[in-house]
Amino acid sequence: MVQLALPKNSRIRTGKTWPKPDGATNVRKFQIYRWNPDDGQNPRVDTYFVDMDRCGPMILDALIKIKNEIDPTLTFRRSCREGICGSCAMNIDGINTLACIYGMDEIKGDVKIYPLPHMPVVKDLIPDLTHFYAQHASIMPWLETKSNTPAKEWQQSIEDREKLDGLYECVMCACCSTSCPSYWWNGDKYLGPAALLHAYRWLIDSRDEATGERLDDLEDPFKLYRCHTIMNCTKTCPKGLNPAKAIAEIKKMMLDRTV
Amino acid sequence: MRYLTDRKRAEGKGAAHTGPEHHWHMIVSSAGLALIVPIFLYVFGRTLGGSYDEVIARLSHPGIALLTGLVLFVGMIHFRNGATVMIEDYSRGSARKLLLIVVACLTYGTIATGLFALGRIAF
Repeated sequence: MVQLALPKNSRIRTGKTWPKPDGATNVRKFQIYRWNPDDGQNPRVDTYFVDMDRCGPMILDALIKIKNEIDPTLTFRRSCREGICGSCAMNIDGINTLACIYGMDEIKGDVKIYPLPHMPVVKDLIPDLTHFYAQHASIMPWLETKSNTPAKEWQQSIEDREKLDGLYECVMCACCSTSCPSYWWNGDKYLGPAALLHAYRWLIDSRDEATGERLDDLEDPFKLYRCHTIMNCTKTCPKGLNPAKAIAEIKKMMLDRTV
Repeated sequence: MRYLTDRKRAEGKGAAHTGPEHHWHMIVSSAGLALIVPIFLYVFGRTLGGSYDEVIARLSHPGIALLTGLVLFVGMIHFRNGATVMIEDYSRGSARKLLLIVVACLTYGTIATGLFALGRIAF
C-alpha cells in the first residue's frame, strides 16, 4: 500500500543554524534540507543567513555563496546556470524548478529548499535520477527509420518541424515527473510526464518510421494511463512546456488506432 | 537485492497492450452519465413528497423504469472503472487483486439487486 508517513530514518529534524554574516544589513534566511548517507543520521534542515547585498539574484547564486563562504559541505548539482542543462532542479518554496532561473524576488519570506520530492536522495539536494533516465532511454529517444538512408539528410517540412516546438525544448530536469502524484505512487511502472513528453516528441516526428512500435510499447495501463491529468507537470515546468497536453495527444493517438 | 540493469528495471515486463479500451469506456460512460443523470434527478426529484402509490406508479412507467435501470447500470460500470484505477494507484500485490475482486462483486451485485428491485416495482 501507499506509505502515508515517512519511515523513522527519513523523518526530518531541526539542523544547525549558521551565524549571520558580520555587518550585513540586508540578510535573507535560507532553510535547506541536508542529508549525508555516510553519517547515519536522519535528514535535517539547516538554517543559513545570506547577505543579499553581496549575492546574485537567483537561488543558485545564494546556494553557491553558501557553499563557497559558509558551509562547503552543502551538496547540489549545477552546471550551465542559465536553464539549459537541467542540473539544478530542486524544490524551492514548494515548487519544483531550476535554481538558476528562479529569482529570490519571487519568494516571500524565508527560502526553503528541498531536493526533488519522492526520489531517493544521494546527498543533500541531489536526487538519484537513475530510474528516471532509464525510463527516458526505454522510450527510444532517437530517430527510428526503416527506409534506406537518403544520400544527404532526412528532410522535414517547415510545418512538420513546427510540430516539435514545445517538445524538443525539454531539458530532462525531472521537475515535472517528481511533481506528479501518480509518479510518486507508481514511478516504478508509470513513465511519468518527462519520458512521455519525449515519447510524443518522437511519435509526432514526421521522419520517424516506428510510430506503431512506439505506440505498442506505450499501450499499457501503467506506462501511459496512470496520467490522471492532474496537471502539476505543466504548472511546474520551468521551461514553460506542457507535458500533460503531450500525454493527452498520445492517448488520442491510441484511441485513433483502437476505436 | 536483484542485480538488474537500470533499463531492465524501467522496462519491466513490457507493455500489457491494454488501456485504450478502458480510457474509451470512461469517456463514453462519462458522457452518457452527464446526459442521463440530470434527467434522472429531475424525474426522480418530482416524486419526492408524493405518496407511496404515486412513487410506485411513476417508477412503473416504462420510460422512467428504463431510465432508472440505465442510470444504475452505466453508473455502476463507471464506478467500477474508476474504482479500478484508484485501487491500481494506491495498492499493491495481493491486496490489489483482492480489492479488484471486491469491487467487481459490489458492482455486479448492486446492478443485479437494483434491476431486480426495479423489476419488482415496474412489473
